[in-house]
Amino acid sequence: METDWLLLFEVSLAGLGTGGLYALTALAFVVIYKATRVVNLAIGEILMLGAYAFFGLAAGWALPWWAAALGALAVAGLFGAVVERTVIRPMLGESPISVFMVTVGLGSVLIGIVEIVWTADPHRLPEFMPNAPVFIGEAFLAPKIAYSFLVAAVVIAVFVLLFRFWRGGVALRATANDQAAAYSMGINVPGVFSLAWVVACMVAAGAGILVGAIGGISSTMGVFGLSVLVVVIVGGLDSVPGALVGGLLIGLVEALAGIYLGGEYKLLATFTLLIAVLMVRPYGLFGTHEIERL
Amino acid sequence: MAAEPILEVNNVEVIYKKTIQVLRGLSLAVPRGEIVALLGSNGAGKSTTLKAISNLLALENGAVSAGHIRFAGTETAAKRPHELVRAGLFHVMEGRRIFDELTVEENLTAATYARDGKSGSAAARFELVYEYFPNLHTRRGVRAGYLSGGEQQMLAIGRALVAEPQLILLDEPSLGLSPKLVEEIFAIIARINAEQRVSMLLVEQNAAVAFAVASYGYIMETGRIVIDGPVERLTRDQDVREFYLGLGGHEGGAKSYRDIKHYKRRKRWLS
Ligand SMILES: Nc1ncnc2c1ncn2[C@@H]1O[C@H](COP(=O)(O)OP(=O)(O)O)[C@@H](O)[C@H]1O
Ligand SMILES: [Mg+2]
Repeated sequence: METDWLLLFEVSLAGLGTGGLYALTALAFVVIYKATRVVNLAIGEILMLGAYAFFGLAAGWALPWWAAALGALAVAGLFGAVVERTVIRPMLGESPISVFMVTVGLGSVLIGIVEIVWTADPHRLPEFMPNAPVFIGEAFLAPKIAYSFLVAAVVIAVFVLLFRFWRGGVALRATANDQAAAYSMGINVPGVFSLAWVVACMVAAGAGILVGAIGGISSTMGVFGLSVLVVVIVGGLDSVPGALVGGLLIGLVEALAGIYLGGEYKLLATFTLLIAVLMVRPYGLFGTHEIERL
Repeated sequence: MAAEPILEVNNVEVIYKKTIQVLRGLSLAVPRGEIVALLGSNGAGKSTTLKAISNLLALENGAVSAGHIRFAGTETAAKRPHELVRAGLFHVMEGRRIFDELTVEENLTAATYARDGKSGSAAARFELVYEYFPNLHTRRGVRAGYLSGGEQQMLAIGRALVAEPQLILLDEPSLGLSPKLVEEIFAIIARINAEQRVSMLLVEQNAAVAFAVASYGYIMETGRIVIDGPVERLTRDQDVREFYLGLGGHEGGAKSYRDIKHYKRRKRWLS
């Protein structure tokens, strides 16, 4: 059988494109996990919240797309602040499993709210990206995927730089490394928790707008979070590089499995990869901490 | 010593997990500008005392159930840990607790949060740290987890220097270090106290080195102070010499003040 190199290349590009969005959302997950040790299973629904907030502002209120995007990020940030302060922080010191269950509940609440306000029907987001086809060499790449990947890459780059060089990034990593010691440095640890939730929810919402722009929105789009969960387990719950490499890897594997094995094998392929990684590296590719027994 | 002490601990009781009482009416004071030693064997409650002062107890399910702690004239109970740090009370925790995943310089950067609300540049304080500890300068880009034990202790003290506090709580700086390194670190502790005019409450199991730098000493057993006094007097005290400084004959054996009393009782019996 002749290998169709162009097809392989195009599929890989599309996979990496989706992988960029996985990486972005995984970054949001990792920021919360690092700072607060909370396994946030609502990350997919927070992503959905961002997409719907954008939809509401752009289609409902007819705001220009950039204003709607800023508004959606603000809504998500506020949501993160309120949830952290009223739901998560009072649970500090509770068993990880209870906190984890609370985030599951949080996800259901978000789905409920979305279905009440916008019904369960799928919607399309207003177009806001250029739609001229994008070619890399001879390979065609869907423009929305290409631009989403670019946006994700830029946001991730900014993040990584802030993480490394901004004093707040140092505070976050210090808190992740040793909470009591961070307190003893004068770091406002609860403030760091709050910041982590706000920023992570904004990042997830941003990813939601991009995901929604590509595939439309519906009250089930939170399942995107399932792939993200696979990504962070593969990459390591507490690892930023893990989120990035894991995101691209899972995106790629899903795309290749979808084309060469058939759509129904996507999940099988990613879970096989997941198990293979965990057998070799129980903390994920780049993780350092034991993954809590869930 | 007429001036008000920088730190006053009065009749403090501490309970962990609402059931385990560890401090039982502990009182002590640190005069401004001085080094006060708090000695005692393992498990006596020294670290608990420091955590009660810096308000870090809550993180371990502990609480001050009675008594008062005043730092620079105000009650500490109402302040959150990071607020106390910013007010000038810096706790160098037992085991150094450096951020091992951060570089040496990032560890110092983390400590700049203690300076929030202070004037003066943090960069100058970094310079000062590197003056006291030139080693840290050469290794400033290295992950702190790769430092030797001695360097990690230097970094832990360096972070306190960045904070520019009024009072440093130092928990067992000699822990796990070679005698030569202990001597070096304690020389610097004495210098920092003299040159930066920062008060210190120094917790140690190694009484000899602690007495070399401190002006006043407290010795605690099972949650309370059993002996205290100026260091010159403590070093002349026969019991202290025997059981804490390992001087004055009597091989090994008894290690705690309770054992001393026990031993005295036995001696009385025998004679
Ligand atoms: N988090 C905790 N929970 C329960 N008991 C504790 C805790 N921390 C310390 N203790 C107990 O309190 C006592 C004093 O401990 P600590 O203050 O660490 O002593 P020291 O520093 O003098 O060695 C010990 O008996 C110890 O077991
Ligand atoms: Mg101790």
